[in-house]
Amino acid sequence: MEVTEAVAIDHGLKKEEFSKICELLKRTPNLTELAIFSAMWNEHCSYKSSRKHLKKMHTKGKQVIQGPGENAGVIDIGDDDAIVFKIESHNHPSFIEPYQGAATGVGGIMRDVFTMGARPIANLNSIHFGSPQHKKTRNLLRGVVKGIGGYGNCIGVPTIAGQTTFDESYNGNILVNAMTLGLVNKNKIFYSKAAGLDKPVIYVGSKTGRDGIHGASMASATFDDKIEEKKPTVQVGDPFTEKLLLEACLELMADNSIIAIQDMGAAGLTSSSVEMASKGNLGIELNLSEVPCREEKMTPYEIMLSESQERMLIVLEKGKEEHAKKIFDKWNLDFAVIGKTTNSKKIELIFDNKKVAEIPIDLLAENAPIYDRPWKKTKLPQKLKFDKDEFKSLKLSDCLKKILSNSNISDKRWIWDQYDHTVMGDTIQKPGGDAGVVRVHGTNKAVAASVDSSALYCFSHPLTGGKQIVCESYRNLISVGAKPIAITNCLNFGNPEKEKNMGEFVECVEGITEASKYLDFPVVSGNVSFYNETKDKGIKPTPTIGGVGLISDYQQMLTMDFKTEGNLVYVIGKTDGYLDQSIFARELLNEKKGPPPTVNLFNEKNIGETVLDLARKNLIVSCHDVSLGGILIAVSKMCIKGKKGIKINTLKGLTNKYEYFFGEDQARYIVEIPKASLKKVNDILNKYSVHFDELGTVNGQSIEYKDDINLPIEELADAHKYWLKKYMDS
Amino acid sequence: MRSSVIIFPGSNCDRDMDVALKKFGFKNQMVWHNDQSIPKSDLIVLPGGFSYGDYLRCGSIASKSKIIKSVIDFANSGGLVLGICNGFQILTETGLLNGILQQNKFLNFICSNVFVKVKDKENKYFKNLKKNLLELHIAHNEGNYFCSDDELKSLEDNSQIAVTYCGADGTENETTNPNGAIKNIAGIFNKNKNVLGMMPHPERMIDKYLSGEDGSLFFKNILDNFK
Repeated sequence: MEVTEAVAIDHGLKKEEFSKICELLKRTPNLTELAIFSAMWNEHCSYKSSRKHLKKMHTKGKQVIQGPGENAGVIDIGDDDAIVFKIESHNHPSFIEPYQGAATGVGGIMRDVFTMGARPIANLNSIHFGSPQHKKTRNLLRGVVKGIGGYGNCIGVPTIAGQTTFDESYNGNILVNAMTLGLVNKNKIFYSKAAGLDKPVIYVGSKTGRDGIHGASMASATFDDKIEEKKPTVQVGDPFTEKLLLEACLELMADNSIIAIQDMGAAGLTSSSVEMASKGNLGIELNLSEVPCREEKMTPYEIMLSESQERMLIVLEKGKEEHAKKIFDKWNLDFAVIGKTTNSKKIELIFDNKKVAEIPIDLLAENAPIYDRPWKKTKLPQKLKFDKDEFKSLKLSDCLKKILSNSNISDKRWIWDQYDHTVMGDTIQKPGGDAGVVRVHGTNKAVAASVDSSALYCFSHPLTGGKQIVCESYRNLISVGAKPIAITNCLNFGNPEKEKNMGEFVECVEGITEASKYLDFPVVSGNVSFYNETKDKGIKPTPTIGGVGLISDYQQMLTMDFKTEGNLVYVIGKTDGYLDQSIFARELLNEKKGPPPTVNLFNEKNIGETVLDLARKNLIVSCHDVSLGGILIAVSKMCIKGKKGIKINTLKGLTNKYEYFFGEDQARYIVEIPKASLKKVNDILNKYSVHFDELGTVNGQSIEYKDDINLPIEELADAHKYWLKKYMDS
Repeated sequence: MRSSVIIFPGSNCDRDMDVALKKFGFKNQMVWHNDQSIPKSDLIVLPGGFSYGDYLRCGSIASKSKIIKSVIDFANSGGLVLGICNGFQILTETGLLNGILQQNKFLNFICSNVFVKVKDKENKYFKNLKKNLLELHIAHNEGNYFCSDDELKSLEDNSQIAVTYCGADGTENETTNPNGAIKNIAGIFNKNKNVLGMMPHPERMIDKYLSGEDGSLFFKNILDNFK
């Protein structure tokens, strides 16, 4: 086929980009070369719209071993132990084919982690669906959950936490973000930078098929009416092979045979080979006739673009081929020497003894286009003036029950019961808490992880929203007694070629950066997913933050369930009663306008450190952060989990009970304090000059507040626990 | 007491089982599926997971693996063989245990704590066990035990039903049956009661920081009965 501008545009390249390619190459590329350019220059691989802004992120810290730019980020957790982690999106494929899309998302992120020599120890996911009333939602949810479970359960890595939301802006573009944490000895981390000349390049794992061709390009475009036609671009996962690949790679990694290793993810063999060579400032020569193929007569074009799963590319020390092959033979996996490193600084492809492509590496990597896209600032919306007389017709207990059964608040057990969350025998906090917690096997340490996003806040004001999610992640980790260390982010946005969407991206990133700098909570890895848009309708900006923290002695872990009758309950942090953008405003007043709650980073840090201090001194026995829904929702969850009630005090100086109970002010925690610890707790709170309210006492089997609320816990639990199950069964 | 845990490609509870056995004092060894023979053992464990990807049918390919002949010989000579989850599925595929494990009634994978009632104590696993009700943990997609009427009658007549799903108070009915298993069956023996297959994972219940501690009782009891 002759390569023309039209062919280039079919491959997702822009007219100007094609001219630039011809200019850089000083000739017209052949079809295989064009395919390689299109794979490397698309948004998904090149970060061409986002790179300029990502550079500003806060990525360094005392405990950071590896920041963004590798397969995953790495942090130091002491005693030579390090945690490797990353979150990644698989949005487009999951909308087209929910089971395989979600499954291969999980597979891909786990490969990113074990590529670095780490054994995966926990999975998390953040999944977002359209309105519950939308006709596709139920099936998409079912498929995604089955896909995530089908893959993770089979590999034998526990899924310890997650987040699920529903919003009509995801009707045409669901989001599936998967996160994995792995454990590695910090002196045995593997990187993707090739080094040394004439070193064998090894292909291991599954055979290459025709699945997933153009997957990365598909993920770099918006959807239209013909998305069904894109099904063949979705990869098909085989978790069994991945389990074998994981064990084989870790076995080979026990010695020093590997120089560099990279998984074949988006854009398969193309991006893995180019990235390894580019990082090592080397050339690479691949003989495509040696690539193990599962289908007949595959062309170089197809081999280079295939996104078949469960494959790795390794640059090996010379002479180690036999040793390595033995390991992969033991695990029944394909092993082939398919090329070598060279000093040409080019990627050269041979097929049937003929050279079929030759491109200087720097044209694919450093010279890939970078755009400074125009963007528009979002103005802070005007604060709303609520008519408080209108509230009076609402009964507090009715409001409470209604919010507890809201699709975004209600219990998600129907989902996580389908994920194996206990395999590996170290899960000490299961899904449903503020964060999942797994022990570092054989030690006293434990690692906590949480995934969070707040699309409503980000949509209303991206800068504040960006800050808020980082703070929420910070609070969730502290709520389980963990010291927050670092984050990974998955930035899900609409079309960057639109000024509004680009602006949302830029300002969310700015917010994330500001908060992570202030809280010393650096970003160590991440991924950007643009073009979450169908027929001109984009999603609400949804940056997802995956936070990781450390509990140095796992016996100090906290949970949210109320423990003992008679214990006191405090709200730490000040409540002004911020109702704009709250669930209360949406659900009960049908009011969707207004700015998100203000984020005060000084308070976040000071209050967070106070709570952590209380936890370290064993002065509190349960803890939960106050987020969506406000104090009454938070305290109800603590009651439901602990199967205990609370008697709420008559609050002094309370201006408006609706604002107090349902306001979504930030930087607040609810803690349970044994009477014997009370004096010490008060001293510490005063020392840090932290505002607190004496909310009530753990008591009986009901939640009670004056004459306003008297609800048995069982009734609350019914409202909270069964919405999702009923929805899925209906 | 010497034990061996067989690792098939796709096993994923092998390490958990190794940790549990060693914690209570078993001298445990790991055995690779392609090995010809099993080291001298007093107990062989087939762990949970997805042996050979559970392709074809859960446990069916493992039941034809190289090591399995030694497992069958060992069982036929009276040795203790314990299959947990996928191990139970493998044991039914080898014919050492009757019946089959179908997909769960509601077609979903279930990961959850469950209560089981110990139905027979005249065997080396549960003899002298102080409790009759254990809180254990399940994590499976195909745990819905089924067998023919004749097989069921023979299981009942020979007291081969080992454990059944029940509520915290011991009630056995449809609501306390997580996966639709016939007669709430969670685990069964062979005729000689030296082979035990069960869906619940005792190895995930060995520590108060995990899902619970009743699994500890199970392992300790096997050791006590061996002394």
